[in-house]
Amino acid sequence: MTDTTLRKTPLHALHMELGAKMVEFAGYDMPVQYPTGVLKEHLHTREKAGLFDVSHMGQAFLAGADPAKALERVTPADVIGLKSGMQRYGLLLNDAGTIKDDFMFTKLDGEADMYIVVNAGTKEGDYAYIADKLKGEATVTTRFDRALLALQGPMAGRVLERLSPGIDKLTFMHVVRADVAGCPAIVSRSGYTGEDGFEISLEGKDGERVARALLAESEVLPIGLGARDSLRLEAGLCLYGHDIDECVNPAEATLMWSIGKRRKTDKDFAGADKIVGHPPAKKRVGILPIGKAPAREHTQIADKSGRVIGEITSGGFGPSLNAPIAMGYVETAFAADGTEIDLIVRGKPMPARVAPMPFVAHRYKRAS
Amino acid sequence: MSEVRYTDQHEWVRVDGDTATVGITKFAAEQLGDVVFVEVPEAGRKVNAGGEAAVVESVKAASEVYAPVGGEVTEGNAALADDPAKVNADPEGDAWFFKMKLADSGEFAKLMTRAQYDEFVKGL
Repeated sequence: MTDTTLRKTPLHALHMELGAKMVEFAGYDMPVQYPTGVLKEHLHTREKAGLFDVSHMGQAFLAGADPAKALERVTPADVIGLKSGMQRYGLLLNDAGTIKDDFMFTKLDGEADMYIVVNAGTKEGDYAYIADKLKGEATVTTRFDRALLALQGPMAGRVLERLSPGIDKLTFMHVVRADVAGCPAIVSRSGYTGEDGFEISLEGKDGERVARALLAESEVLPIGLGARDSLRLEAGLCLYGHDIDECVNPAEATLMWSIGKRRKTDKDFAGADKIVGHPPAKKRVGILPIGKAPAREHTQIADKSGRVIGEITSGGFGPSLNAPIAMGYVETAFAADGTEIDLIVRGKPMPARVAPMPFVAHRYKRAS
Repeated sequence: MSEVRYTDQHEWVRVDGDTATVGITKFAAEQLGDVVFVEVPEAGRKVNAGGEAAVVESVKAASEVYAPVGGEVTEGNAALADDPAKVNADPEGDAWFFKMKLADSGEFAKLMTRAQYDEFVKGL
């Protein structure tokens, strides 16, 4: 059943044809799973290659005399230092220095404009905020009409090589313009599953054609948002609006690695004085329940005396581990790996421990 | 002779004499998707009609299983805890959740018949 008030990606008709179960996500009618089912879709992506429609995410270009310098007004990432032909993860901060969103920014080789991708649910607000903050220095052109496909999994490289000869030479976080199945694309070696893979940005009209070409390859299955969520959680990656939001700063979110060294030294970003050199009162950590019961978002975390010390922000079942996994925030004194805690599930304390993330090792194709 | 009835929460209950066996319907299992965790009640637990009795979780979501009728639990299906995927494979057969001693057969008579339940699901 389709709600006509929801927005549709360029791949919507294809999802329906493939028998997807559709749900509302960030104002879009999106596939949560296909007839394959979440569990098998998850495992297939880790074993072979999965195709995700992430066209709902917010693509845009940033133009100006020095868009990299301008962008540093709203992010603590080192944008100026990013090499041409590469992509980087950054946080979008509000004036208080808490996290307005997380996003990817790219310098395409030989192009002045920067290419940016933000989260679906926040895209309008993000770009209005960026345009306002960068007024006079840079202008934002949103391209919500474009399609964005993610091809993820250990066989992604060999599959995409068939449709875009030479593309498999690209290494992690590198980006090129290339033709994929005869369609002009921006291709990055990146993704959000912890696996090797690509994100492929296309003209909206080409989205379905390229998706069909990829699905025609024997290694590839379409994968829904359900498996996307379990894959990213196993990879220890944050889901905006759940694991990070405007209630936390980069130190609490343990995302200080995304802040450039120069930026930490210069302390030239919102909230820098509060977080550089100051350990946070709470921290985002990985959590492994010891039993079999998953602990869901908003589950309270208690110490062994029963005092509440935090809350789960993402929790569920990790198909690759065949065990429940979670992440959440705890008081810093309880953030060390191995710390024994209790999760209050259906009123009862369930033993768990703080554990390092990722839960499943990343398998990116690094340059080295 | 046994008879099966259904609830609007998508449980089924089969009654033989004063013994009731409870599970979730095929429709419920399909809606949940891949089941990864099941918690069934212990023998001796008293449950009321409509009260929480068991838990079933898929990759994405947790759901309560309610007791369709009141009574005392005589057995939880331990095999489900070891192999939750059974719920998807055979929800209205092998993957029963618990058995109980029926307190009031009048409660059973108020539940939906198969035809009524099928009609109810069609309207969802």
